[in-house]
Amino acid sequence: MGADWQPSAPLENLRQRALLLAQVRAFFAGRGVLEVETPLLCQATVTDLHLDSLTVDHLGQRRFLQTSPEFAMKRLLAAGSGPIYQLCKAFRRDESGSRHNPEFSMLEWYRPGMDDVQLMDEVESLLRACLPGDLLPADRFVRVTYRELFQQYLHLDPFVTATDELTRRACLVAGANPSAMQLSRDGALDLLMSHAIEPQLQSPVFVTRFPASQAALARVIPDTEGDAVALRFELFVSGMEIANGYLELTDPQEQSRRFAEDNVCRAWAGLPVHPVDERLLAAMESGLPDCAGVALGFDRLMMLAVNTARIADVISFTADHA
Amino acid sequence: MATFSTNEFKPGLKVLLDGEPCSILENDYVKPGKGQAFNRVKMRNLLNGRVWERTFKSGESLEGADVMETDMSYLYTDGEFWHFMKTDGSFEQFAADQATMTDAINWLKEEETYVVTLYNGSPINVTAPNFVEIEVTETDPGLKGDTAQGGSKPATLASGAVVKVPLFVNIGDVLRVDTRTGEYQNRVR
Repeated sequence: MGADWQPSAPLENLRQRALLLAQVRAFFAGRGVLEVETPLLCQATVTDLHLDSLTVDHLGQRRFLQTSPEFAMKRLLAAGSGPIYQLCKAFRRDESGSRHNPEFSMLEWYRPGMDDVQLMDEVESLLRACLPGDLLPADRFVRVTYRELFQQYLHLDPFVTATDELTRRACLVAGANPSAMQLSRDGALDLLMSHAIEPQLQSPVFVTRFPASQAALARVIPDTEGDAVALRFELFVSGMEIANGYLELTDPQEQSRRFAEDNVCRAWAGLPVHPVDERLLAAMESGLPDCAGVALGFDRLMMLAVNTARIADVISFTADHA
Repeated sequence: MATFSTNEFKPGLKVLLDGEPCSILENDYVKPGKGQAFNRVKMRNLLNGRVWERTFKSGESLEGADVMETDMSYLYTDGEFWHFMKTDGSFEQFAADQATMTDAINWLKEEETYVVTLYNGSPINVTAPNFVEIEVTETDPGLKGDTAQGGSKPATLASGAVVKVPLFVNIGDVLRVDTRTGEYQNRVR
């Protein structure tokens, strides 16, 4: 064997990575947030249409490598853990590219008693505590709703524009014929967001109030226009998605309904239908405290810290060298 | 022909898009954390050379294109077609028209080897080697002894191309030229 045994990232970046891990732990220790570890190998997994889990066999049973530690952490919250955070690996099938590795590091935390707005403040504080000052603006990070963002960059309202028109705009961006590309309404919005808007979000910005169809596990409320919006936020920096947070859904009936709906969509798309995480639902029945939670891509944070657009520059060995 | 999914799109792969053969140049994966995954692909249309970006939903697939890049020796032109022969000993011959010749037409030399791209068995592109050695047929007389100083003049080569050369170059000299930039490299003899 010759050639490719060397690390993907420069050793200097790996030293900085160790430092950043220590800074994150110090940040949470200073705020009284408990570090926890939850299983990566689980009996159930997420039902999201666009998240695929890697599976492995254990004692003749199928097990899932977690796409995020969310379900297990919520069981800890329901058990009365109080505020918790976790630094762990997460796995997502077929996600590979300049910013994606199928195995990556996630920083996820939950704050009982906080809402999504307060949690955004904490995310901002974390970045200010961990990143060099010259990387971030002196002013508070901008906050803009999903609707305002599309109005600002594409002059369209993502809640009221007809699906045909959204699809037409998305295909224009993709360089494809609308007939050649079958996009759902959310697919068209995702394409516009990731191709036409995200690259322009250089200075830190929190995007808030996503369409209810993209709520995932966030609570949904009607906004002032009367549209259903998810109390979900995403942080973008340097044209890159860094974190995704929710005012967490605590209602087990609604959670159960969303799992079922996801699985209908999965079946429709020809994807495997996953068993619902009954232990999460049982924990929610027993009582998940009102809380806000956020998942932040630790590798992405590192990419900001060393100013690179390639994930390979911040992890020891990428999947193709692992 | 086999089909290829977006995660198999590697630089150099030849695929059919809207009925035309294309070569993949770059492929990147773009995915909102919770959203639809896409592949943003940069490709070159092999018929017209145009380079552009196209986004696919991850998992979409394209049919492979029957494209082969083959070494061939240049034989002659009849004014309408340029004739090449495979160098693999098969003596198989192919005729390329002017549109197919593109820039290679400036760097033709008999018995030199060119890369001829075949699509469904017909030439669609001819690429000259990076460097060719061709004789000067026309230039102002050379200045004796002037091998070091700057200054240049135009010289016409046997292939018809005009290149900038140092002042000491004479008619009959054989020059090494970079076909990608059209720049003189050195005098061979």
